[in-house]
Amino acid sequence: MIRLVLRDLRLAVRAGGGFGLALAFFLIACVLVPFGVGPESGRLASIAPGMLWVGALLACLLSLDRIFATDFEDGSLDLLATAPLPLEALALSKSAAHWLTTGLPLSLVAPILALLLNLPSAAYGSLVLSLLVGTPALSMIGTFGASLTVGLKRGGLLLSLLVLPLYVPTLIFGAEAVSRAAAGQGNVTPLLLLALVTLGSLAVLPFACAMALRGNLR
Amino acid sequence: MSLWEYANPRKFMATTDRLVGPLFLLAALCLGTGLTWGFFFAPDDFRQGSTVRIIYLHVPSAMMAINTWIMMLVASLIWLIRRHHVSALAAKAAAPVGVAMTLMALFTGAVWGQPMWGSWWEWDPRLTSFLILFLFYLGYMALWSSVENPDTAADLTSMLCVVGSVFALLSRYAVNFWSQGLHQAASLSLDRDENMSNEFWLPLVVSIAGFVILFIALVLLRTRCEIRLRRVRALELRERVP
Repeated sequence: MIRLVLRDLRLAVRAGGGFGLALAFFLIACVLVPFGVGPESGRLASIAPGMLWVGALLACLLSLDRIFATDFEDGSLDLLATAPLPLEALALSKSAAHWLTTGLPLSLVAPILALLLNLPSAAYGSLVLSLLVGTPALSMIGTFGASLTVGLKRGGLLLSLLVLPLYVPTLIFGAEAVSRAAAGQGNVTPLLLLALVTLGSLAVLPFACAMALRGNLR
Repeated sequence: MSLWEYANPRKFMATTDRLVGPLFLLAALCLGTGLTWGFFFAPDDFRQGSTVRIIYLHVPSAMMAINTWIMMLVASLIWLIRRHHVSALAAKAAAPVGVAMTLMALFTGAVWGQPMWGSWWEWDPRLTSFLILFLFYLGYMALWSSVENPDTAADLTSMLCVVGSVFALLSRYAVNFWSQGLHQAASLSLDRDENMSNEFWLPLVVSIAGFVILFIALVLLRTRCEIRLRRVRALELRERVP
């Protein structure tokens, strides 16, 4: 499993892996927001928590179809499926690799972009924390979506249609945690609920992914 | 005599052939009675005036929007566990009906909300969760239509339906957390002695019955259609082989 994660990491970081794309997309999305809503700092501050979360979510979505697609095209997914490693573990390590290449860097650069959007300084810690807690759920749910659409020719659009409704609870709890911190309120409850979504997805969705992959590779 | 006999398509077709017509008739009767009664003979509400009449469309369609998803969930589970093709096709057949019901509930709600709340749309938990349900239906149908192999499609959509149900439920409570409600609480429930006064309640129950029967009739008809399509496909494949 660890070797699989490392292999995916190497593939992502090398040329053509699209490692920085999600980060660049996140940056552009956050830069576009002030153009859309105007540069008043008060208004930006009030929408910053939500916009940062939505931006991170869309950046995450962007790279989902690469989770299985490249492996499916060159046939290595078939090899991995026949390997002694169970498909559940394959799904889990794929989503771990996805998280390490998108969710983790997104959480780490988020404070810099929060500066652009004038997020109140009290919320920086919560922003990073909530993204760190919440993005694994995004990766795991996205892996499920990717395993549903792996064999399809134009899976990308369908993938976002399938995955976005599934992202709703994560987004609500994550953005709520940040905006409560920005308003100076306690935000333990949304963070705990966010952790619940993440842990629940990590526990259950690998099995769903494996079933979907079996259906697709049959 | 058990329910599982109808997993045999031939038996299913033979039985539903006799059922569909009468069911449509019954649905038309119930809907005609309930809606005419509700629209023309039931009294106006004390505060809402005539707009209360939309309840006879709104409540039944909203109920059926949720119940359709539950039916699809059960059918998907049956497909995943026992692999009866009729069950998978029934789930496929129910989805467009569910979308229609969801849209109708959203639309009648908007029409009612404009005079009552002063806006077509509010980000209220109930409204929002219905919108999310609508998105789930869209994704489900899109997945069905984009996978070519029917068995794979049934597998994948069933998985989506099961996982989606969990997340739809989670979203239902998550949006509660996120916004305060404007929508009134449920006006019907089985465990209360008195729901509302009889002159509103009776036509409502009749139109709910009409919607339920209409739903069953539509799903049976569409499932029959899917089974026939499947047979046509099988025949075409057989023609092509030699």
